[in-house]
Amino acid sequence: MHGLINRAIQSFVVDRYGAAAWNASAKRANLGFTEFEAMWIYDDVLTPRVLAAVSDVLDRPYDELMEDIGTYLVSHPNLESLRRLLRFGGVDFVDFLHSLDDLPDRARLAVADLELPRIELREHNTQQYSLACEGKVPGCGHLFTGVLRAMADDYGALVFLEHQGVEDGTETVAIALLEADFAEGRGFDLGAGVQ
Amino acid sequence: MSGGTKYYKMLNVMCPMHVILNRHGDISSAGPTTQKLFPDHSLVGKSFLDIFEIKRPQEIKSIDALLEKAGTKLHLQFRDPPHRELKGVLMEGPEVGQMVINLSFGISVVEAVQDYKLTAADFAPTDLTIEMLYLVEAKSAAMEASRQLNQRLQGARIAAEEQALTDTLTGLKNRRGMDQVLTELIESGEHFALMHIDLDFFKAVNDTMGHAAGDHVLQEVSSIMLKEARRSDTVARVGGDEFVILLRDFEDTSKIDKIAMRIISKLREPILYAGELCEISASAGTALSCQYEVPDADQLLADADIALYESKNRGRSRHTFYVGSLRSVDAGSEVSESTQEIARRA
Repeated sequence: MHGLINRAIQSFVVDRYGAAAWNASAKRANLGFTEFEAMWIYDDVLTPRVLAAVSDVLDRPYDELMEDIGTYLVSHPNLESLRRLLRFGGVDFVDFLHSLDDLPDRARLAVADLELPRIELREHNTQQYSLACEGKVPGCGHLFTGVLRAMADDYGALVFLEHQGVEDGTETVAIALLEADFAEGRGFDLGAGVQ
Repeated sequence: MSGGTKYYKMLNVMCPMHVILNRHGDISSAGPTTQKLFPDHSLVGKSFLDIFEIKRPQEIKSIDALLEKAGTKLHLQFRDPPHRELKGVLMEGPEVGQMVINLSFGISVVEAVQDYKLTAADFAPTDLTIEMLYLVEAKSAAMEASRQLNQRLQGARIAAEEQALTDTLTGLKNRRGMDQVLTELIESGEHFALMHIDLDFFKAVNDTMGHAAGDHVLQEVSSIMLKEARRSDTVARVGGDEFVILLRDFEDTSKIDKIAMRIISKLREPILYAGELCEISASAGTALSCQYEVPDADQLLADADIALYESKNRGRSRHTFYVGSLRSVDAGSEVSESTQEIARRA
């Protein structure tokens, strides 16, 4: 698994619960080290082990943990660059939803060996969508629920999200768009990211 | 909706950064993004060549000359500050004498987006500018992560080198490694000898035949020393052409002298490098731990060094045991007597 993904889990624990919680998690997962390198590749078995250890240490149910990580990825100031990269996907929330199919390709354009879960958006009508996710790590549907919740907030859209379970390794998230322009949103300055 | 209005609407969506010129070269309409570049005044009615200077393919002063460039890539620049450069292409429009020019920021698009606070709506949906901005940001972030990793790796490498006990060129122990073994030997209390060997004429090899030849010589010298020393001995390169051998388990000092002389005689044989012969020799000096009530590493090294310089003074390719009398300037013939005395004690 790519170091960026493992590093994101580490950052989540450190930023939200402190370094001590992370050190305890790394120890519990028998990593033998405490710092993931963002640009290194790690054995795939490490990531589920780390997530299970974090879930134990924080005493949080696994699915909730995954959703929290998803929300963190988009909303924490330390990961502003990630939010910006996602915002490039679309000018409004629906546009963003449609860009999700391209997400793994977009990620690979930036970091050639970064493999993200396979995701596919289905549009049932202009208000009803569903997102099918299939990843190496269980719970990626919950992770995307967190990402979508935070991105809806970012765009100022009012949505209702529901994880509908797993079938043949594919997790489905139902997305109901209640109002596209519900709130102000956080705004997105195209040129702000480049100094 | 008239044909003309439809046509303008189409251009506004498909190329929002365009201008339309009438037959006199005056701007009759400007796309929404073009107009954004001139927030203080409307472009409509102005002469195109008064606003823009055509820099390439060549300076163009008349509208007729401009029309001749239809279909080719134009480099333009604002005549007024900030003198922004743009790329453009011109074609005749549907009305008589009408010209349509589509513009683009070219490579300066990142700055332009910042300067004019442009949004995705300012570009055609098919325009790849947004994807390009995405890539610039994504690649910068990835490069930054790689840069930080490289920095950490470089720091780790420097730390590892500082802690290394081995000389990377020869594979022998380095000064740190030698110090460590020497300290352990002193602490153990066993008798040992510290032999300091210095190459003669090595600098000449380095200077005349180059560093590669010098490195080769050092590697050959190292393998000779390793071969002649015994398994229990420690061979170290402690400086550019300086070596130290720590010898243990010897019956008497003649054994040490034999090892030293074998090394010295082997080193007198020229070393072949790239078809040329490198000639060096070596001088050696040895201090014995049993010469001191309490051996001290610095003292042993300093005394072996004095013995080494005695060897050099006596004409090189020699080996000398340290005795106290060497510290006086005129050592003379006492040296050999004292050496024998030490040999009996050891």
